[in-house]
Amino acid sequence: MELTRMTAAELSAALADGQVSATEVTQAHLDRIAAVDDRVHAFLHIAADSALAQAADVDKRRATGEQLAPLAGVPVAVKDVFTTFGMPTTCGSRILDGWHPPYDATITQRLKQAGAVILGKTNMDEFAMGSSTENSAFGPSHNPWDLDKVPGGSSGGSAAAVAAYEAPLAIGTDTGGSIRQPAAVCGIVGTKPTYGGSSRYGVVAFASSLDTPGPFGRTVLDAALLHEAISGHDPMDSTSIDAPVPPVVAAAREADVSGMRIGVVTELSGDGYQPGVLSRFAEAVEVLESLGAKVTEVSCPHFKYALPAYYLIAPSEASSNLARFDAMRYGLRVGDDGTRDAEEVMALTREVGFGAEVKRRIILGTYALSSGYYDAYYGKAQQVRTLIIRDFDAAFGQVDVLVSPATPTTAFGIGERADDPMAMYLADLCTIPSDLAGNAAISVPCGLAAEDGLPVGLQVMAPALADDRLYRVAAAAEAAFTDRWGQPLLASAKG
Amino acid sequence: MTTTTETLVPFTEAVQRYDPLIGLETHVELGTRTKMFCGCPTAFGAEPNSQVCPVCLGLPGSLPVVNRMAIEYTIRIGLALNCSIATWCRFARKNYFYPDMPKNFQISQYDEPLCTEGWLDVAVGERTIRVGIERVHLEEDTGKSLHVGGATGRIQGAEYSLVDYNRAGIPLVEIVTKPIEGTGADAPVAARTYVTELRDLLRSLGVSDVRMEEGSLRCDVNTSLAPRGSGRWGTRTETKNVNSLRSVERAVRFEIERQAAVLDSGGRVIQETRHFHEDTGTTTPGRSKEEAQDYRYFPEPDLVPVAPPADWVEQIKAALPETPSARRARLQAEWDLSEADMTALHNAGALDLVAETVAAGATPADARKWWLGELARRANEAGTELADLAMTPAQVARITELVSAGTLNDRLAREVIDAVLAGQGTPDEVVEARGLAVVSDEGELTKAVDEAIAANPVVAAKIREGKTAAAGVLVGAVMKATGSKADAPRVRELILQRLG
Repeated sequence: MELTRMTAAELSAALADGQVSATEVTQAHLDRIAAVDDRVHAFLHIAADSALAQAADVDKRRATGEQLAPLAGVPVAVKDVFTTFGMPTTCGSRILDGWHPPYDATITQRLKQAGAVILGKTNMDEFAMGSSTENSAFGPSHNPWDLDKVPGGSSGGSAAAVAAYEAPLAIGTDTGGSIRQPAAVCGIVGTKPTYGGSSRYGVVAFASSLDTPGPFGRTVLDAALLHEAISGHDPMDSTSIDAPVPPVVAAAREADVSGMRIGVVTELSGDGYQPGVLSRFAEAVEVLESLGAKVTEVSCPHFKYALPAYYLIAPSEASSNLARFDAMRYGLRVGDDGTRDAEEVMALTREVGFGAEVKRRIILGTYALSSGYYDAYYGKAQQVRTLIIRDFDAAFGQVDVLVSPATPTTAFGIGERADDPMAMYLADLCTIPSDLAGNAAISVPCGLAAEDGLPVGLQVMAPALADDRLYRVAAAAEAAFTDRWGQPLLASAKG
Repeated sequence: MTTTTETLVPFTEAVQRYDPLIGLETHVELGTRTKMFCGCPTAFGAEPNSQVCPVCLGLPGSLPVVNRMAIEYTIRIGLALNCSIATWCRFARKNYFYPDMPKNFQISQYDEPLCTEGWLDVAVGERTIRVGIERVHLEEDTGKSLHVGGATGRIQGAEYSLVDYNRAGIPLVEIVTKPIEGTGADAPVAARTYVTELRDLLRSLGVSDVRMEEGSLRCDVNTSLAPRGSGRWGTRTETKNVNSLRSVERAVRFEIERQAAVLDSGGRVIQETRHFHEDTGTTTPGRSKEEAQDYRYFPEPDLVPVAPPADWVEQIKAALPETPSARRARLQAEWDLSEADMTALHNAGALDLVAETVAAGATPADARKWWLGELARRANEAGTELADLAMTPAQVARITELVSAGTLNDRLAREVIDAVLAGQGTPDEVVEARGLAVVSDEGELTKAVDEAIAANPVVAAKIREGKTAAAGVLVGAVMKATGSKADAPRVRELILQRLG
């Protein structure tokens, strides 16, 4: 029984049956991290001691006969954007180097309460701005399928950790695709829940109206188990929805799409899409049809404006959210030698502490919110957002879910797009509409692109609070593909 | 000491040549138990940075949650100021960098205030001015900077600054008037009276302790001038640091005198923020509006819109207390006072004290007499407000009761007041401890009267002849013999009986 190859669901069962202890499971994953992470660089902080202490606690409680949550003793990696008491939180930025938050994010707290063992904090693009982890101040993570390729981003460390068997589960955040895009290019499952379905309290904000925490797993069921564990109303987050958590685990187990109406989004294909991605996507649609789904094509005419609208709204909010990093209360402080006033120290610290992409977006957002430009930029982008929501509403009047490729291309090479922000931004072309609308979406592996042998993701999109539909469709597709391939996709990775 | 080199035009001349236009922006810290967006306490004067949490410190990842009570208080204020209450509105972020602002943006309201378009009637001299209320909105207070090492306590010249975030996140309501026209020479008084009336209103609503000296009520005063009768309003200045009612009046007065001089000399009033100096009664330039910040307001994405249900607003409206002006009118009628009497009572800050004393059983006349007379004199001597004397309305009521029962006379009552103010106990305890009660034992009194008659046979004879005015001498003798503890009218009666 190789513990790091087991799914979270399998580990959960083995732990419950007493076949294995949480300490053994945790140690196995720490060993795996020690063996491969110098190459993958998924982690910014490895919390070996606290992980083993948590595991020992779970073992002790289980020994007393206590009824534990499904994830008790199952390891999880947490994106370094969630506050964690007792561990650093950097957001991949120099400006937070050395900051130890005095409080846990709601999701950190829920993971601890469920007995999930937090292995450490994963690498990310600085403040979640990027699609490759190359914007991390601490160096990029590497795609376990090909170490010269990016693992996607911004939650690239979390995706790489799961794909490299360093953790069975990981938590990320999705603002423009930061869970689904890395999941797609690393050949694993990643979900952006409905906005407000998972708490943002303790998630260091990039764009408040978009940021959505969500799960990564190697299987659809694993992602559902983690999704369920972290979701639900949080009174500390005003935008948290006070409604029951959709039955995602049950839906993942049912995996039945017969009679479901599935819409293929016309606008999310064509020019700029890698042929190997499009052919895998077409095959996935055929598979769903063969499983009894009714497939139609649906037009969402305003999706083509989603990317520009996103690059006004997200930087605008970011310019304000990131204003608090000013050296006054925590984190980096530069130039405080007694000769400079507070304003100069703030400016110097921000100059040194922020990377190029973060500065670019702060400047973009500051400009878009400026008096005289607000209506033309931020105001107009919000109108576009409303039109995109209407496109979704109209589409979901006809079909139960929408599907598209999760990304236009497979993983690109490290350094390949680093100097071309526009090319980098295009990586989120398919994922951004769901973020702007606040509804739910998932990426599930649907094969390898013929031209490069790298994984392709199928994106499924559902209306807000219908997250269970994602798991129903993704689990059905996963089962059919696994049958066809004879093994999970990830098993074919070289690493 | 701040000096000014400004040229001024004497006030009476200035208002002969110019019409003043004033406007007031008042900030009120709400008296909610907890802060605007977190559960931290709001008590004044705590150890610096002891009432803070991740939310009001703006730590990365923290999020605000609106305090429902702060919304209710703001609606209460809006309704009392005759405003419309928004059915749907949002908070906005006001972005600017300052070390006492934990997030470097302030959660405020911008183009969607909770309350709009109201008014407050203010009595200035003989007339009533209806002051238009532009808006009432809700925001969070900032922390407080303490600049150490400089001469002025301001940031210029300071060696370093300390920041206390206890105040950060305390709910703050901003009440903005429309421009107030037509007050002429009364402009400074009108400004002061408006703030006074507003303060009393807020206090009656129970939404704030409205203490200007603790900063829970803060005022910015806008002033501009037009050549008399022209209606061509000049540039306005905004005066900050106006921290008392008296300062409101002085600040307006000074700005009128200063701006008149600028305009007289053919100059141009600069649009700027000015700083009021309590010590000299002058204003000096602060930051100029020309280098004003662009606050980049946008709707606060961490909060959901506020949509107060109509029935909730109705409930709040139904529960509003009587306004201070309505209450004054009612009490004036109930107590049968003249307009001037009522104004005197109000200006002395004795209205509530008298009302409470009446409620505790005193007659309105007695309550007024003691508070405006003896007690006002004591407060004046001690340099404090009436309300701050160590004497409760209930105690005053008890003293008037003792007087009308004949237990105390006025002189003894004053002695009791002295003792109570000196912290020697309640009126009853003082009377008991000092044996101050009037001699009312008829036997004892009769004995003292007989002794006085015997000792003054000439006076006694005059009285017997019908010259009753002479009784005063005997009364005085009896009072002296009893150590002034006798009830003088009763003594007089006894004397006349004996000699009648």
